[in-house]
Amino acid sequence: MNRRPFLKLVSAMTLAGALAATAASAETIRIGAVAPKTGPLAGGAAVTQWPSIYLWVDQINAAGGLTVDGEQMMIELIEYDDQTNPGETIKAVQRLATQDDAHFIIAPYGTGLNLAAAPLFDRYGYPQIAVSAITDQQADLAAKFPNMFFTLGTTTALAADVVSVLSDMRAAGQMGDNVAMVNVADAFGIELATAAKPLFEEAGFNIVYETSYPLGTQDLSPVIKGAAAAEPDAFVAWSYPPDTFGLTEQAMIEDLDVKAFYTAVATPFPGYGARFGAAAEGVLGAGGVNPDSDAFKEYAAAHEAVTGEKPDYWASATTYAALEILAQSIEAVGLDRAEVTAHLKESSFDTILGPISFDENNSNADFWTVGQWQGGVFRGVASRGRDGSVPVILKDGWE
Amino acid sequence: MSLTATDIRNLCLSALALGICALLPFGDNGYWLGLGVTIAMFTALATSWALFSGPTHYISLATAAFFGVGTYVTGLGIETLPFWALVILAGGIGAVLAALVGLATLRLSGVYFVIFTLGLAELVRQAITWVQNNSGQKGLYVLTDLDEAGIYWWLLGLTALVLLGGWMIGRSRLGFALRIIGDDETVAAHSGINTARAKVLLFMVPGAVAAMTGAILAPRYVYIEPSLAFAPILSFQVVIMALLGGASRLWGPLVGVIPFTFLLEAVSSNFPNQTTLVIGIAFLVIVYLLPKGFVGLLDAVLHRINKTGAV
Repeated sequence: MNRRPFLKLVSAMTLAGALAATAASAETIRIGAVAPKTGPLAGGAAVTQWPSIYLWVDQINAAGGLTVDGEQMMIELIEYDDQTNPGETIKAVQRLATQDDAHFIIAPYGTGLNLAAAPLFDRYGYPQIAVSAITDQQADLAAKFPNMFFTLGTTTALAADVVSVLSDMRAAGQMGDNVAMVNVADAFGIELATAAKPLFEEAGFNIVYETSYPLGTQDLSPVIKGAAAAEPDAFVAWSYPPDTFGLTEQAMIEDLDVKAFYTAVATPFPGYGARFGAAAEGVLGAGGVNPDSDAFKEYAAAHEAVTGEKPDYWASATTYAALEILAQSIEAVGLDRAEVTAHLKESSFDTILGPISFDENNSNADFWTVGQWQGGVFRGVASRGRDGSVPVILKDGWE
Repeated sequence: MSLTATDIRNLCLSALALGICALLPFGDNGYWLGLGVTIAMFTALATSWALFSGPTHYISLATAAFFGVGTYVTGLGIETLPFWALVILAGGIGAVLAALVGLATLRLSGVYFVIFTLGLAELVRQAITWVQNNSGQKGLYVLTDLDEAGIYWWLLGLTALVLLGGWMIGRSRLGFALRIIGDDETVAAHSGINTARAKVLLFMVPGAVAAMTGAILAPRYVYIEPSLAFAPILSFQVVIMALLGGASRLWGPLVGVIPFTFLLEAVSSNFPNQTTLVIGIAFLVIVYLLPKGFVGLLDAVLHRINKTGAV
């Protein structure tokens, strides 16, 4: 057997690889990305996280790169799959920091994976502009991890604004006091329910039905039937992607008669509107954007052109905005990570969501909290400091 | 018990090797230390797993259940108790849980036991979630000053304990009884061995060790979610690593854990889009090509050398 061709191929590839590596390290900015491509959170990351990253890299490189100290530098993206496993996230961030020598690392996806990575971002001095990490512990976390920034809001704000949207509807005489509240029995679902319950009671609502179901429950009809039997004016579910779809489906089957129907995570996904069509009209959900702003329209069009997918109506745009913030900081102060972090703390950034700046807890105070499907588009109806929210409409049947 | 000169030499060499391992954080505080944590974690888990499953041939998939319990012990107690107390407490709870499970299932054999242990992680996860759900959000955030080096030393200490404990069990009446049970349970029972008691006692070891490992690693994860703490993949990883090394020797799992950790690392860094696929293929290759693990391979090689030497 002649081994020569194989040897030649291997040496050629090694040589090419070495050349590419030197060429790459000379003039590119190495950006690391780690997020789920497999495991329970892969579906969400495939909608919200990865496409915005690809779009951002594509746009910057198409424009000739970022200007760093007067020099144009292209971006080289190094991506890893953490399999929705915090141990793998930790390994991947460590690999990016020490083996790949990444200049910057994009924050991981999901609260748990972001927090697992936070000690490493902190140790290596990487700014961590977290998006899909909603928590009420921002002050504690920012004190412990001074490089960690929060963009998507707090648990309590998400819950409180649902309560205030319903309060406004009640004040306008559109609905009564009775609320059915359910939650998925998993970390974020429990956090939201714990935050919401006292707020509903304070606002004078009667929680006429309250239950929870385990993550991954296939048959949600008992939940909807139980809620229907209590004859609530509003149905609120602190739900995750699979049950957001499942509850909506059951509500359609049972023809749940409520004035307001709210499901939490994944309601703003384009897949939700596509699946339920006209029945989605009037469904409230966590998040929102201003879909009529020129910046969002332009982003959505580019998103679809480059990745073939539509962005969601909440965290997609925030993910992209976090990357815009990173790019603006790099162009402003260069590749020094400590200077970028300092710049993040003191500057205001112009993003597709509007201006974003971080307060003393490294938190962005302006974010969307509640949205609603109206005319095939998920529109923000409540926010903290964002322009363009529209009035809430009544949920009028499931046809 | 009496120690021979070989025993003492082996003990000293093992202590020396552990001492050298303990110096790792001074050499590298980043990438290699991170891999060191992974290796120490899986060595403790796989060695304790093999202590029970090696001699008895019961395949336990309960590692994730005990591990998850341990992370929650730290999560719920970190505000009130010192860390070392939580690790000990986790070990105690893990052992008690293992004893309960053992009493209920170890009279079963074969596939019934495997299925029960697989379901156990889900059962415990749902139980903990139920408590959390009814008591409000608790034990989700673990903020400590323990860094990677501290976690590594804790795990290394635990690994040392497991190895020492395994060595002592191997020399004890209990270890002898288990080897007989593994060879033929009927013979063991007829020889007057209380087989159920022996199995339950030994099953408590991997239970306690996995819970302690979970308790030690909780600060590394910062945020504890049921879906992450009870990830079933952990149980399978431990089994495959122990089998790759070979469960019939105390040091067998160690020689499986180290190459497997590097293999996983190489796969996840080189195939970011096909990680799970390539890991699956690696599993198949190991089972087909190395059914008895590296220990079996070594035995076969030694056997052949002896044979040719004799001829």
